[in-house]
Amino acid sequence: MDAFLLEYLPILIFMGIAIALGLVFILAAAIAAPSNPDAEKVSAYECGFNAFDDARMKFDVRFYLVAILFIIFDLEAAFLFPWAASFGQIGMFGFWSMMVFLGVLTIGFIYEWRKGALDWE
Amino acid sequence: MIQVLAFYLFAVTAVIAGVMVVFSRNPVHSVLWLIFAFFSSAGLFVMMGAEFLAMLLMIVYVGAVAVLFLFVVMMLDVDFAELRGRVAEYLPIGLAIGLVMLMQLSFGFLAWQEVDAARPAETMARGVGNAHQLGEVIYTKYVYAFQASGLILLVAMIGAIVLTLRHREGVKKQSVMSQLYRDPKEAVVMRDVKPGGSL
Repeated sequence: MDAFLLEYLPILIFMGIAIALGLVFILAAAIAAPSNPDAEKVSAYECGFNAFDDARMKFDVRFYLVAILFIIFDLEAAFLFPWAASFGQIGMFGFWSMMVFLGVLTIGFIYEWRKGALDWE
Repeated sequence: MIQVLAFYLFAVTAVIAGVMVVFSRNPVHSVLWLIFAFFSSAGLFVMMGAEFLAMLLMIVYVGAVAVLFLFVVMMLDVDFAELRGRVAEYLPIGLAIGLVMLMQLSFGFLAWQEVDAARPAETMARGVGNAHQLGEVIYTKYVYAFQASGLILLVAMIGAIVLTLRHREGVKKQSVMSQLYRDPKEAVVMRDVKPGGSL
């Protein structure tokens, strides 16, 4: 167990350095940079104009559809990793169980393709 | 020593991030804290030897789910300050959902049995990865649960399309097939135009 975790030690060290470096930049900017804000300087603006509106607005629901379809195929791909890793051990049964899984999702894929969910008009 | 330190680092940051998700004033900050909580949990998974779950947490939750949350929070036209003022109104249903989740978690914890083959110590002893061990049980021993997850994904896919897909009328779009099957002989007509004349 310890030998296994030792392999992750460089990542932990890397994270520590990254956090420390980020803090150094933020603190250095807070300490060393001259700061005399006024109302005009700190106000939000769009290309030199004052902000016209709130950033939140209604948007086309198809963006959300694309994101959801992405998550579903992301999960499908995630299931392929352990399958590929253990392919030699699980035999024909494991192979066909994955084929059935992929077949079910391919039905969904054909459905969304035929419905035009992947087109952007 | 480092192991213990790392565990407490990840555990404490996970709990703090989880608390900040609930108490942040700005919902965008809530989602960012949620991503931080996912990162810390991934660290805890690695500490337990579950590398594959840590990777999935990164790919699926940080890469996709949290982005979807950010998407909704940043783009939906909802006045969060006003919603926050009506906390008392939502408190009963919030508590009910919390109670249901707590019960589900405790049922899951009580019914939980460790699969020997997927235990980290066993994995280390055999010198194969965590993904490998999971693969040996998911596709054979738990084949029904695996196929059910496939069906759930199918339902999610079809449901998302049925609920949100609307085709607008009168939009000009490209038809690749008709472009490919266009015949140059029919597309171009040669005419012999006399000088000074017209078609």
